[in-house]
Amino acid sequence: MAKAKSIQPQAGALERAWNWLTETQIWTSVFRHEAPISDRNRVLVMLSNVFLHLHPVRLKKHGVRLRYTWCMGGLSFFLFLVLTFTGVLLMFYYRPTLEYAYSDIVGLREHVPLGIMREMHRWGAHAMVITVWLHMFRVFMTGSYKPPREFNWNVGVIMLVLTLLLSFTGYLLPWDQLAIWAITVGSNMARATPFLGYEGPGASLLAIGDVQLIHAADDARFALLGGTFVGEGALLRFYVLHCVALPLVIGFLMAVHFWRVRKDGGISGPL
Amino acid sequence: MEAIKGFFNLVADPRLFFLLSVVGLVLIVWKREAFARLSVGYGLMGFLAVFFLFGMTDENFVLIIAKPDNVPIVALIFLVVFFTWYSMREAVLNDQRVAAGEDVIEKQESDRVWVWPDLVYTELIALVLCTAVLVVWSIALEAPIEQPANPANTPNPSKAPWYFLGLQEMLVYFDPWLAGVVLPSLIIVGLMAIPYIDTNPKGNGYYTFNERKAEVTLFLFGFVILWTSLIVLGTFLRGPNWNFFGPFEYWDVHKLEALNNVQLSEYLWVRGLGTALPDNILVREGIGILLSLAYVTVLPVILARTVLKGYYEKMGPTRFYVGAFLFLMMLSLPIKMFSRWLVNLKYVVSIPEWFFNI
Ligand code: HEM
Repeated sequence: MAKAKSIQPQAGALERAWNWLTETQIWTSVFRHEAPISDRNRVLVMLSNVFLHLHPVRLKKHGVRLRYTWCMGGLSFFLFLVLTFTGVLLMFYYRPTLEYAYSDIVGLREHVPLGIMREMHRWGAHAMVITVWLHMFRVFMTGSYKPPREFNWNVGVIMLVLTLLLSFTGYLLPWDQLAIWAITVGSNMARATPFLGYEGPGASLLAIGDVQLIHAADDARFALLGGTFVGEGALLRFYVLHCVALPLVIGFLMAVHFWRVRKDGGISGPL
Repeated sequence: MEAIKGFFNLVADPRLFFLLSVVGLVLIVWKREAFARLSVGYGLMGFLAVFFLFGMTDENFVLIIAKPDNVPIVALIFLVVFFTWYSMREAVLNDQRVAAGEDVIEKQESDRVWVWPDLVYTELIALVLCTAVLVVWSIALEAPIEQPANPANTPNPSKAPWYFLGLQEMLVYFDPWLAGVVLPSLIIVGLMAIPYIDTNPKGNGYYTFNERKAEVTLFLFGFVILWTSLIVLGTFLRGPNWNFFGPFEYWDVHKLEALNNVQLSEYLWVRGLGTALPDNILVREGIGILLSLAYVTVLPVILARTVLKGYYEKMGPTRFYVGAFLFLMMLSLPIKMFSRWLVNLKYVVSIPEWFFNI
């Protein structure tokens, strides 16, 4: 057996290639500092990278612990990104009309190679509902809604509602029996809205003389469905809400939410 | 075998199911030191795993559990049980540290670490794992697609998406204007109000039970029992015509359940006083209306002067009354449940003429 020598090994081909690469103008134009293995560069990477800049540079040890955050907020956000990505792919194939909606969904499985995008989107959506609930649960159990984080808790509650609405509006789009009846059951509730639903208490009080102001064709449910039953109007409305309006709002609120986590002093901890 | 299935069919009955969950919560809170033991955690997860494995041998059980859209709820059961146990454990451990004169673990770990690599790598791993789980899940389980939409053919049962089934379950006890509109809105308002009502400065940023007993207990009651377990009930145990079916029971469309619910006004006038129902609606429902009004106006005042006096003094009138109102609204569901189960009460106020039933 050869004896171990104390001579420095020659830089291998890989290492030389790496050194060359990281000195090219292209590389240095993208990365403004060296690898984050020194303290200085660990600061720089957080400050100069747009994807990382939402993070602080350093944080309390318990804040990185899974046992404290359960990573549920992070996973909710990640699932949202997955859903955005797969959702865009689905939009390439899907047309929200009575004529095409169902067959486009069936076609996704039959004609699109490696077609698990619909599955990723559906299971991801279910998973996100669960992670958001568990995130709320953790935030409650650590008392993290207490001052100064009251407002962020409220942003969270609104995002929770939006997450459920996103799921709900998406549920209709396959336009099968499962879809329309689930939405029918859900939206029938709106019919009973006090004052604003035509089968709600107080609606009959809203009348001018003999003319009822609230009836089946103008009440809260009608506004939701764009019709008196779950039909073409509802499909289009839910599609637009699901693909455009709600994601925009929740995306905006997420930016606020993350910003506030930082501004409220980072992840909560004992004072 | 059959005996075990029969036993689970029996305890899954909404009445027992609910009662047992409440007893469970009381035990968790009361015997939390024992509950927090590792063996209990393993035991719970093991029990669930065995239960579901055992269930997979039963065709009726499989029929419901393995419906693609119901699979997440199986996961939800495991996760909620696990995290309830886990957060109580963290809380108990911290409480023990405090009792021993030490700092809570979060305080002990409050020295700073670099986000790169400590946090960034944790996030990366979480992200990779999450992607892997999602991809495997998507390959293993096809998303459901049923027959094309047909407005003329109503399935039985017709169910809302699973995350709303707790609300649909409330329809058994409340009319749609309450179960579908007012109470959900109050849940949202109530959640948003939490930070402003709860002025207890302790327990901010670490797990603890002793420093916020009432808050944690109430939240567990709302989230684990009223929200999650009603979803489980609504998804797995409600079949055709929203009748109850045990987990090992066949969903028979023709199952009949005796409907012998009685209005409060009928109890009062017909059975109590032996007269016919009065024609005047307000007279007929007067007692129910007064009771309901008293529930939200007089009762909080009484509470403020008696059992909850301490809270009233600490919180001040506004916080106390808003909090008490929301609390009583949450409690109205179990109250309605028990009055249904014990005396077959249908509505406290029943004015179908105005779509106004409570
Ligand atoms: C759309 C869903 C949501 C996303 C993507 C999200 C994301 C996050 C992330 C990434 C964090 C950092 C800490 C962590 O991961 O736990 C966080 C913290 C926080 N979230 Fe959310 N969240 C969402 C919904 C909610 C909800 C529903 C609530 C409460 C009702 C909430 C309240 C809070 C609060 C108070 C904090 C600060 C916690 C602390 O400092 O310990 N969020 N959120």
